[in-house]
Amino acid sequence: MRTSILVGIALISISIAAAQSAEERGLQIAKAAEKADQGFISSIVNLKMTLKNKNGQTSERLLVTKTLELTEDGDKSLIVFNSPKDVKGTSTLTFTHKVGSDDQWLFLPSIKRVKRISSNNKSGPFVGSEFAYEDLSSQEVEKYAYTFLEENGNLLLVEQDPVDPKSGYTRRIVTYNKDKGYRIEKIEFYDRKNSLLKTLTYSDYKLYKGKFWRALTFNMINHQSNKETLLKFSDYNFEAMLADEDFTQVALQRAGK
Amino acid sequence: MKVKTIHFIFVLLCGIIRMYSQDERSKKVNHDFELELEGEYRYFYNDALFEDQKDHFPSFAVRPEYKAEWNKGYESINFKGFFRLDVDDERTHWDIRELYYQKAKNNWELSLGLKKVYWGVTESNHLVDIINQTDAVETFDGEEKLGQPMAQFTWITEKFGTFNFFYLPYHRKRTFAGEKGRLRFPVVIDKDDLTYESSASAWRQDLAFRWKHYFDIFDIGLSHFYGTGREPLFTFDLTGNINAFYPIINQTGLDLQITHNAFLWKLESIYRRADAQEFFAAVVGLEYTFSNIDGNGLDIGLLGEYLYDERDELALTGLQNDIFFGSRIAFNDTQDTSILIGGITDLESSSTIFSLEASRRFGSSWTAEVEARIFNDIDQNELIFSNFREDSFLRISISKYF
Repeated sequence: MRTSILVGIALISISIAAAQSAEERGLQIAKAAEKADQGFISSIVNLKMTLKNKNGQTSERLLVTKTLELTEDGDKSLIVFNSPKDVKGTSTLTFTHKVGSDDQWLFLPSIKRVKRISSNNKSGPFVGSEFAYEDLSSQEVEKYAYTFLEENGNLLLVEQDPVDPKSGYTRRIVTYNKDKGYRIEKIEFYDRKNSLLKTLTYSDYKLYKGKFWRALTFNMINHQSNKETLLKFSDYNFEAMLADEDFTQVALQRAGK
Repeated sequence: MKVKTIHFIFVLLCGIIRMYSQDERSKKVNHDFELELEGEYRYFYNDALFEDQKDHFPSFAVRPEYKAEWNKGYESINFKGFFRLDVDDERTHWDIRELYYQKAKNNWELSLGLKKVYWGVTESNHLVDIINQTDAVETFDGEEKLGQPMAQFTWITEKFGTFNFFYLPYHRKRTFAGEKGRLRFPVVIDKDDLTYESSASAWRQDLAFRWKHYFDIFDIGLSHFYGTGREPLFTFDLTGNINAFYPIINQTGLDLQITHNAFLWKLESIYRRADAQEFFAAVVGLEYTFSNIDGNGLDIGLLGEYLYDERDELALTGLQNDIFFGSRIAFNDTQDTSILIGGITDLESSSTIFSLEASRRFGSSWTAEVEARIFNDIDQNELIFSNFREDSFLRISISKYF
C-alpha cells in the first residue's frame, strides 16, 4: 500500500516534471538556436523571390537585405527592392523589438518620401507573396511561448505559440536540427482556426565563418490557396561590418535613391 | 531649366569626379541605367470655360535614370531626367529632376547638385515641403517637383536626431498652363512675367535647416527656410492691376506623426513671413488601416484631414477651411493593385473636388494608372477653384520600364 502511494506520488511528480520540462525544453531549444547564431554582427544578402500562383504562373522580385545584429534589443534590417522596375528603390527600415511593436519606415523613391508605417499588419502578405510580414521579421525568443513536442534522431520538434494576438497563427511547429547548430529545417503554420495553413522548408544550407548556418533556399507552400513562394539567397556577405549609421532614415533614403 | 545653371552644376560635378577618380580605393563602380516610357491621355469632358482651351490631351513622357555607385555605395552620382510632349505648349517641358554627387561617411552625408527632398506627413496638402519648386503643369496634386540646385549636409546623431543644412543658390519659377491648357486662370500666366522681390532675382543665395527625430511612437520634424518662396504672391492694387512676384520669405514648419497601432495621427503646420504677407496654415488628420481583411491581404485605410489657411481665399491651393476624406485600398496582390479615392470639401461653401487614383502592374515591366478629378458644385466666389469649375478630367497612362 505504502509503496503504491509512493509510486503514485513519484509518477505524479514525474509527469509534473515532464510537463514543466516540455515548456522549459522548448524554450531551451529556442535559446540554444539563438545563441548558436550570435555574433554574426551584420550581413548583406541578395534575394530572388519567385511567386507562383495555383495555375503555375510566376512573377519575380529582386531584393537586397541588410541586417544588423543587436543583443540588447531586436535586430535592425533594411530591405531594398530592385525589381519589378516600377517599384525599384522602394525600401523599408525595421527596428525589431523583443517586446512590443516594431518600428518601421517606408521610403517611396518616386516622391522621395519617408513614411513611418504601422507594424500592426503582421499577418498580411509581404508584397503579394505567401510570406507574411511576421514570417520575415527577426525571430526573437521573446515573441513565442514554447512546448517541446518530440525528438526524432537529430531533429527536435517544438511548438511555438505567438505572444502577440495580432499574429495570424495559433501556433507554429518548428523542426530544429540539433547537430547543425540548431538550424531550422521546417516550419508548419496553423491559422487562427488551427488548421494547417502553410509549410516552409529550408534547404541548400551553407555554413558561413565556420559557425553560421544559412539556408539559401526557402520554399513556402500555402496548402489552402495552393500558391507557392520560393526565396533564393545569394552572395551572403558577413564582412561588410555594418553599423548603426547604416540603419537610419538617412541610410534608407540613400539605399533607395 | 536655365542653361547657365546646368553649366554650373556640370562644372561642379566634373571637378568632383576628377577629384575622386584619383583615389585608388574607390574600387568597383556599379552602373545602373533605367528608362521609363509613358503614354498618357487626359480628357476634360466639360466645355471649356476660356477660349482656346482644348478637351483632349494625348501626351508622351520619357524618364531616363542613371546611377554610378562606388566605395560600397557610400559614394554615387545620380541622374534623373524628364521630358514630356503635350498638346499644351507649356506642358511640353523637360527637366533635370536630379543630377548630384553624394558621399556618406559614418554619421554624415553630403549631396551636391540638383536634387529632390521631401518633408512632411499629411496626404491632402504638403505645407511643410518647401525645398523644391512644384512642377505645376505635370500633376494636379502638386507632388511632382523640379530639380533644385543645392548643397545638402546631413549630420546624424543617435541621441539628438538628424540635422539637415541646405544651401540653395538658385530659385526656379513655377510654370503655369498655356493657352490650350486646362486648369488655368482667364489670363494665361507667363512665368517670365513674374518678378522677384530680391534684387539678385533667381540667384539669391537661400538657406534652409531641418531637424528630424523620433522617440518611440513619435516622429517629429522642425524646419526653417529663409529665401525666395516657391509660391508666387499675387497682390492687387487700387486700380485692380495684378502684381505677381516671388517674395523673400521666412517659413518655419512643424511636422509630427504619432504611430499608434493601426492609427497614424498627423500634423503639419507652417508660419510664413514676408514683407507683403504673414500667415499661419495647418493640416491635422489621421489614417486608420484595417489590414489583411479577408485573410488574403486586402488592406483598407481610412483617411481624414482638416485643412486651415489664414490667407483665406488668397491661398493658392484653395484649401483654406476644408475637410479631406478618403480611402486607400491595397490588394497586396502580385500586380500591386491599389486605389485611392477621396474628396476635399469646403466647409463654407458647396465646393467639392472628388478624386480617384488607381494603379496596377501588368507582366513584369508594364504599369497602368487611372486618375479622375471631379470639380463638383464649385462656388463662383472661389478665387482660385472657380476658374477650374469646368475642368473635371479623366486621365489614363501606361508605362513601360526598360
